[in-house]
Amino acid sequence: MSDNVIVRVVVKMLAPFILLFALYVQLHGDYGPGGGFQAGVIFATGFIVYAIVFGVRRTIQALPFAAVTAMASLGLALYATVGFVALGLGGAFLDYGALDSRDPVHGQHVGIVLIELGVGVTVAGVLTAVFYTFAERRRR
Amino acid sequence: MERLHIVLLIALMIALALALVRMRNLLAIAILSGVYSLLLAAVYTLLDAVDVAFTEAAVGAGITLTLMLAALSLTTRRETRPGGRAARRVLGLAVAFAAGAALVYASFDMPALGDAAAPIHNHVADRYIAEGPRDTGVPNIVTAVLASYRGYDTLGEVTVIFTAGIGVIALLWRWRRDEP
Repeated sequence: MSDNVIVRVVVKMLAPFILLFALYVQLHGDYGPGGGFQAGVIFATGFIVYAIVFGVRRTIQALPFAAVTAMASLGLALYATVGFVALGLGGAFLDYGALDSRDPVHGQHVGIVLIELGVGVTVAGVLTAVFYTFAERRRR
Repeated sequence: MERLHIVLLIALMIALALALVRMRNLLAIAILSGVYSLLLAAVYTLLDAVDVAFTEAAVGAGITLTLMLAALSLTTRRETRPGGRAARRVLGLAVAFAAGAALVYASFDMPALGDAAAPIHNHVADRYIAEGPRDTGVPNIVTAVLASYRGYDTLGEVTVIFTAGIGVIALLWRWRRDEP
């Protein structure tokens, strides 16, 4: 926690934009640099910076530990599910072309956006959960 | 011109690394390690590897620096001088130089930077570049390769990250609610 007023004001102003930038990197990864991994890292950084300045307790109230562990699992589950859905629709495992029977290219695009979302959610969840784990050990 | 910029950036990185070895203020070391990552990200950008540069900036300068600052709040801000006998320190220096020399020696076997005849450019890269955007509808070839052509690898990587996170939580998270 920091009592420095400049740090508190700057972090409070920056935090929402860090999260917004993470969403941009996530959703624009198919057109520009970046993707799920970078977006997840930036998203977790936003919360961790907030926690360092305003305390882990307040951050955990906004984003509970159960939520970040759920994110870590659900992202990976989403990725694997996309693979199995492609398998069920007659393609190979993770062959996103099978997701759209009329337009395989569109299916590929949908699959890539979905699995990148899975990567981002898992990375953000794992990094935040690991930070919480270490920070909580200190607090108690 | 680009080559000159890269040489300058790498010279800066070497100077920074040497300075980091001499420093004892952990806060300054953490921040300068972030600067080191940003310089490396600039080198990757000059090499047109923007996705790698982005990862280096986000991981090296972003979350690593943030986690280091969080770790510093748990410990002191100054590193104690390394103790031990002079012989041990000389031995450590010798090991570091031997490992560095082995790496430099190995680098002579690498193809020259940008060599079109290098094996890596003559396998599947041409096909990915030619057909990637048409196959996947995704203009960023790096995303197309990582998410689609190498979907299995990326699934494996996400599984590794997930497993590592679960391992840390299982070992260190205190499940007991002994505090209100």
